[in-house]
Amino acid sequence: MLAIDDHDLGTPERKSGANCGALVTLEIDGRSVTVAAGTSVMRAAALAGAAIPKLCATDSLEPFGSCRLCLIEIDGRKGFPASCTTPAEAGMKIRTQSEPLGRLRRNVMELYMSDHPLDPFQCKAGGRCELHEMANVVGLTQVRYAAGGRTHSDLPADASNPYFTFDPARCIVCSRCVRACDDVQGTFALTIEGRGFDSQMTAGQHERYIDSECVSCGACVQACPTDALMEKTVLASGRADRAVVTTCGYCGVGCSFKAELRGDEVVRMVPNKDGLPNHGHSCVKGRFAWGYAIHPDRVRRPMMRKTISDPWREVGWDEALGYAASELKRVQAKYGRGALGGITSSRCTNEEAYLVQKLVRAAFGNNNVDTCARVCHSPTGYGLKTAFGTPAGTQDFDSVIEADVILVIGANPTEGHPVFASIMKRRLRNGARLIVADPRAIELVRMPHVAADYFLQLTPGTNVALFNALAHVIVTEGLADEKFIAERCDPREFGIWRKFIVEPRNSPEAAEQVTGVAADKIRGAARLYARGPNSAIYYGLGVTEHSQGSTAVLAMANLAMVTGNLGRPGVGVNPLRGQNNVQGSNDVGSFPHELTGYRHVSDPVLRAEFEHEWGVTIDPEPGLRIPNMFDAALDGSFMGIYIEGEDIAQSDPNSQHVAAALGAMEIVIVHDIFLNETAKYAHVFLPGSSFLEKNGTFTNAERRISPVRKVMAPLAGKEDWEVTCALSNALGYPMNYAHPSEIMDEIARLTPTFAGVSYAKLDRLGSIQWPCNDAAPDGTAVMHTGQFVRGKGRFMLSEYVATDERTSARYPLILTTGRILSQYNVGTQTRRTRNVVWHAEDRLEIHPHDAEQRGVRDGDWVEVASRAGAIALRATITERVAPGVVYTTFHYPESGANVVTTENSDWATNCPEYKVTAVQVMPTARRPERLPPDRVIAAANPGGR
Amino acid sequence: MEIHHLVKMANEIGGYFAAMPDHEEAVSSIAQHLRNFWEPRMRRELIAYARHDEGNLKPIVREAVLRLAAPAANS
Ligand code: SF4
Ligand code: SF4
Ligand code: FES
Repeated sequence: MLAIDDHDLGTPERKSGANCGALVTLEIDGRSVTVAAGTSVMRAAALAGAAIPKLCATDSLEPFGSCRLCLIEIDGRKGFPASCTTPAEAGMKIRTQSEPLGRLRRNVMELYMSDHPLDPFQCKAGGRCELHEMANVVGLTQVRYAAGGRTHSDLPADASNPYFTFDPARCIVCSRCVRACDDVQGTFALTIEGRGFDSQMTAGQHERYIDSECVSCGACVQACPTDALMEKTVLASGRADRAVVTTCGYCGVGCSFKAELRGDEVVRMVPNKDGLPNHGHSCVKGRFAWGYAIHPDRVRRPMMRKTISDPWREVGWDEALGYAASELKRVQAKYGRGALGGITSSRCTNEEAYLVQKLVRAAFGNNNVDTCARVCHSPTGYGLKTAFGTPAGTQDFDSVIEADVILVIGANPTEGHPVFASIMKRRLRNGARLIVADPRAIELVRMPHVAADYFLQLTPGTNVALFNALAHVIVTEGLADEKFIAERCDPREFGIWRKFIVEPRNSPEAAEQVTGVAADKIRGAARLYARGPNSAIYYGLGVTEHSQGSTAVLAMANLAMVTGNLGRPGVGVNPLRGQNNVQGSNDVGSFPHELTGYRHVSDPVLRAEFEHEWGVTIDPEPGLRIPNMFDAALDGSFMGIYIEGEDIAQSDPNSQHVAAALGAMEIVIVHDIFLNETAKYAHVFLPGSSFLEKNGTFTNAERRISPVRKVMAPLAGKEDWEVTCALSNALGYPMNYAHPSEIMDEIARLTPTFAGVSYAKLDRLGSIQWPCNDAAPDGTAVMHTGQFVRGKGRFMLSEYVATDERTSARYPLILTTGRILSQYNVGTQTRRTRNVVWHAEDRLEIHPHDAEQRGVRDGDWVEVASRAGAIALRATITERVAPGVVYTTFHYPESGANVVTTENSDWATNCPEYKVTAVQVMPTARRPERLPPDRVIAAANPGGR
Repeated sequence: MEIHHLVKMANEIGGYFAAMPDHEEAVSSIAQHLRNFWEPRMRRELIAYARHDEGNLKPIVREAVLRLAAPAANS
């Protein structure tokens, strides 16, 4: 079912203009209408205000022409063609209404309705069933076929998916769901089986939905014109009465949604057709897994305690904030100005993250502020800023549609960034070539209608060697784009780099020794990437979370520059950001060395602007980063912290070290929606608001700022930005904003790349990609078009340095980590939803060879021991990982993946090296205290959403 | 702070910049990196350590750290 306020034009838009089709003018029911060539008559008619009845067509899918309801008459042509499959042509004269058309359409509808309740009140779509709407439109009031004929009404419904049901009795076999699964999602889980009356839609090979390939994206549910595929929440609560546009609170794709509400109750989330990151598509998390927001575990009142061994005491906001402020002041008086700091999360809005860094810099009087991007994409910030001048992805998501060669490295888009992956898969099905570099055979390597041309299965920790070898081939085989380099890049730096990269130690043959990837494969991939003509790199934490994370980002920038793959659609260097607001929280000054817009605090002119706006003096020295804060806590010089939205006890490496540091602090203030692991060390707990309970903005991986709108009142009474303001006021530094729009106005005043951003403009445009200023008033899709932000592109040396984390006889395997589609990060949100049915525990993937050597069978408990610690997991035996490599996800804190990871980190940014840990794996009798999967599922969402 | 940890981090920074062919550029880049990203108490401890280091800091890193101690650069 479409969103309640969607207007369906029947077939997809066709573009006109440069590189696209011309315009054509035709006449429909006497009205003249002009559309891009290739537009269907159906769409042209809808645009002209003469909507044609339809069933199998919808504007998110290419037309199929099966229902025969959309017939029209064309002057000078015989018959009654289907308007959905007939392209508009110049000079056509079309009639959409006539006596014969009416008769034909009623006949078609009558057949459909003979197998469907005619009474709309029996329909669970609650007045949104297109079948009933069409019956009405064509004037069908009764069905002549006698009752008692063959129908599908006794077919059993499939309610196996936790979020939606399929009722075959209500299915009209229009195949909209099948096409949505194929074309929009790219999963190919559904088919129409049988012929004529016996034809039926089925998941997989006659399976239940839950047992099929279905990834529960919901595209089929949205495409279904009847109540055959329906959200369970709609079946339970009835249809919504209003919709509010907002942005997903999960990953860095930042899908735009319509939250559909009945009163103040969320009934369902429907991806927004006008949303530019997602074009009306979404994944299982955004569409369905929002039940955590109303989970009974939500904390609704502030709490405090004197020591962390005391029980929590619920208090009012004033008492909690007053105590927090007095403790912060006491600690600062005792240990000095630098003894306090703050951490924000990439789940915070831009406005919230901005306020926390302002609180630290203005009220605490130091620069000890950091954000969880430290542990994920800080090397992206360092690398892309150094090379290009701005620490952000170079493209918009849609750019991938123009890519000819796609290089995916250290990212698993189908699991981590599923909606972007769907766009990418579509491009791959349409002919783009694919190179995947990953220690593990991710789904993209081989899936329906997609196969990688090159799968470079490298040893974890050797990305830089691989990048260097690719560049070596390009330069030594004369494949470099000399013109681009001469025009766009710094010649001196290029000269130094060129000399470095052609050295034999960077050859594919040398890299083969290090990476384990055959030299000829490296050569082939390098040639393919260089040939393009449009080659684009997409990468994730498998690049950044390494001791050489920053070097790897620089090496990718070198690759893109040496082949001229920058500054136009279809190319670029594109980080896939894990969380919804990684980009944004960095943009607004969450790093300890930078004010908003990535400008260093040491710049006196810049500081003066902020000092003028804020009325304080700003410390010119960089502050502590998250891991430095822990070290300083243990040496007694960092004793108080305010943490908003981040569970550092769980998500930072070496959990014991973090716990010791938190335990050493005298005031720990945790501001979160759940009592998380970090709260075990907290003295004050401030209850947070979920993304449904507040106003603000998120900025996704394509620099797109999108609105987050309050659709329900905050459960604890305050939006998060209000809490930070209140804490600041209690500390004596006034923060008085009436609305987050005022915070954004302040960011815009202080930040040249945001100068043109305002809530009014966001309302008008829907979303804005920064830079947005006088030079680009509506924002910027592709960066570095005429020249790089820093002027000349900068080739940087990228010497491969092996990580200190080495395998040995004691720790012979390398553990690397990743994520899966249904879960999100440490699972705080998704574990409190029915998504746990797909992943109720973290498992260790191990190659059959390594398993056999150790006597490990599939499903056995094994101990995974590293130099830092040991954990127990159950094993899954699979050839997805190479021999010598084991892999796990980190969605369940009790499996403790971060107990084994080490303290190694990226040389430039201290981003932890999560992706390489030397371990031993052995069968174990140890059974960690943990709920069994069925209990996890039962406990996940007692509220039932 | 854990001085071994600071030394390790500084050596890793040095490990990157040491590849630069121009020694002077490498040393000043290391110093600038520490100035840009290290909080003063970390720099202070490393400088104090570097004065008496017995070979744990890479020579190029020690050179850069001692340069940080010079009044002009010690902001
Ligand atoms: S929910 Fe998504 S993946 Fe599953 S059948 Fe529907 S469209 Fe396909
Ligand atoms: S989690 Fe990501 S891909 Fe899924 S709906 Fe949300 S923003 Fe979109
Ligand atoms: S809507 Fe055109 S044939 Fe079904």
